[in-house]
Amino acid sequence: MILRPRLEDLKIIGFYLGKIILGLALTMVIPILIALCFGEINPALDFFISIEISALLGLLLIKICQTNKDLNWMQGMIVVSLSWVVAMILGAIPLYLSGHWKSFLDACFDAMSGFATTGLTLVQDLDHLSYTHNLWRHLIMFLGGQGIVVIALSFFVRGSSGAFKMYVGEARDEKIMPNVINTSRFIWMVSIVYLILGTLALGLTGIFNGMKPLNSFFHGACIFMAAFDTGGFSPQSQNILYYHSFAYEVITVILMVLGALNFKLHYHLWMGNRKEIIKNIETRTLLVTIIATFSVVAVGLAQTGIYPAAAMLFRKGFYQLISGHTGTGFQTIYAQQFGADWNPLALVGVILAMALGGAVCSTTGAIKMLRIGIIFKAFKEDLKRIIMPERAIVIEKFHHIREVFLEDKLVRGALMITLAYIILYGLGALVGMFYGYPFLEALFESTSAAANVGLSCGITNIDMPAMLKVTYILQMWAGRLEFMSVFTILGFLFASIKGKR
Amino acid sequence: MRRRNQKIRICLLSSVLCLLSSVCFAQTLSSTELINNAKQYDGKLITYSGEVIGDVMSRGEFAWVNINDGQNALGVWISSALAQEIKFTGNYKSRGDRLEIVGEFHHACPEHGGDLDIHGRLLRKIASGRMVKEKLNFDKASLSFILLGALFLIWILTLFKRK
Repeated sequence: MILRPRLEDLKIIGFYLGKIILGLALTMVIPILIALCFGEINPALDFFISIEISALLGLLLIKICQTNKDLNWMQGMIVVSLSWVVAMILGAIPLYLSGHWKSFLDACFDAMSGFATTGLTLVQDLDHLSYTHNLWRHLIMFLGGQGIVVIALSFFVRGSSGAFKMYVGEARDEKIMPNVINTSRFIWMVSIVYLILGTLALGLTGIFNGMKPLNSFFHGACIFMAAFDTGGFSPQSQNILYYHSFAYEVITVILMVLGALNFKLHYHLWMGNRKEIIKNIETRTLLVTIIATFSVVAVGLAQTGIYPAAAMLFRKGFYQLISGHTGTGFQTIYAQQFGADWNPLALVGVILAMALGGAVCSTTGAIKMLRIGIIFKAFKEDLKRIIMPERAIVIEKFHHIREVFLEDKLVRGALMITLAYIILYGLGALVGMFYGYPFLEALFESTSAAANVGLSCGITNIDMPAMLKVTYILQMWAGRLEFMSVFTILGFLFASIKGKR
Repeated sequence: MRRRNQKIRICLLSSVLCLLSSVCFAQTLSSTELINNAKQYDGKLITYSGEVIGDVMSRGEFAWVNINDGQNALGVWISSALAQEIKFTGNYKSRGDRLEIVGEFHHACPEHGGDLDIHGRLLRKIASGRMVKEKLNFDKASLSFILLGALFLIWILTLFKRK
């Protein structure tokens, strides 16, 4: 029997949602400070308005839904999925007020793209956008990459079992430390240390490349946030092509790969356990899939003959591939070139890489390496069972921080999520084809949205149908949260209508 | 016969004039046209115009300039001497100089790692850029004050409720 949710459930959800909204409002102080530094008056007002609306909503929810009760699993999941929708709407307000987005839907698209670390964009005249709004675009990637709930857990929510439920709801099922609050703080510490180092490296490279120092460090910070959080936004319309710099490309590749690694692995590397990177199933799988998908891309590009020199082919092919595989979405070619210059084989290579993604408990989206590794191990185990004598006991193990026995439960979970992603990629491609786009291009864009990548072959633009924009928003949301929170909210809505009191 | 010769002469003269004009005042191509038909224009002398955006990135005797024609921005590789003519670049607080570039278009430039770019040979400033003065948007300011008032009211009510 399905039970209709009680008023108490709604109050608990509203209370925690209010806290997360307050956390989001607090983050809007950063662009205001930047606006004051750069003397940008109207952008500062855009953020004052947004912060006030967010604070009003957050405070009202906390006051109306005041409660001392802790979250249960269902409530935790709903808080997470709703907080991403609310964050999209509130985060879109300053973008829309800037006048650089054609409609509020477009601003919502970019806000979701930012929070979900996707990188697809519908901004107009990006090259004249203020520093303030540009910083916000990249900051939401940084916040979304660590997790919106992680922000709230770090600052607003006291240690409770409810905190863990929200943490899991945000597609982070691995605790680095015994306590999720400390885990959240560790994620922030890692990110901030890398932020300083990455900004310095990119800033100095920018100066060396002829950029003005202030611009160079601003771009450095923005590009770092987009690279480490595998987002893919850039302060200029040409994306990474703007810099015309090999050094910039090398640094961003390193940052993208670092962003695609498990935070737990970062923790072990920080603790001096360097062997873990070699033994870990995720890094091994990542290496194999990079080699395999790059081989496909390289053969495809060689067939087209657009890059006659091997070095040129490697530079262009490898960059787009790593960008796709890590779920970043940086491009050193124009979006239209995917359709015009790359052949279907090369496109399939990139689509495969995008669909696979990076490590679990990282900032990437998609199926992820741990699941691919587990599925591969399960195939290996079944093959062994066929080959070996019937009486033989076949045990398969893999190394992920510790030695783990391959259990059916693990394989089932991995296969379920993989299947859900494949369906999501396919559904988006179907909608794209419904609007008249060719199959391969529709699949490319759909996979890019659902896997939170951000590479575009040109379908994503301000003139694309509104329904397709909504489809991609839903894909980015479901893909980022890895379905469970989204399924829970659908179940909650169903129970609200059909459930019995 | 004489009339026929005259006709041939006129035809020849007009053909030569057409050819000359196409070389010296080639029609400006848009960035979309260039990107979508990159193979067709590869290695050819083209004319491209637009606003200089971002930074002029000096690299020794040359410089990278990014020019946006309203559709896309393309990278133009020009000599530092030519780059010195650029006084304004486009960003939030300024409109960049509008330039017309005559240069060689590269679909995948061998010198620059396969980038789609233009190696500029001639540069002409069509319009000078300017600083953009930011005016306070009173509607936004009013809305901000109203919301601040509402926030203050909620805070007062919270204090009242606590007592």
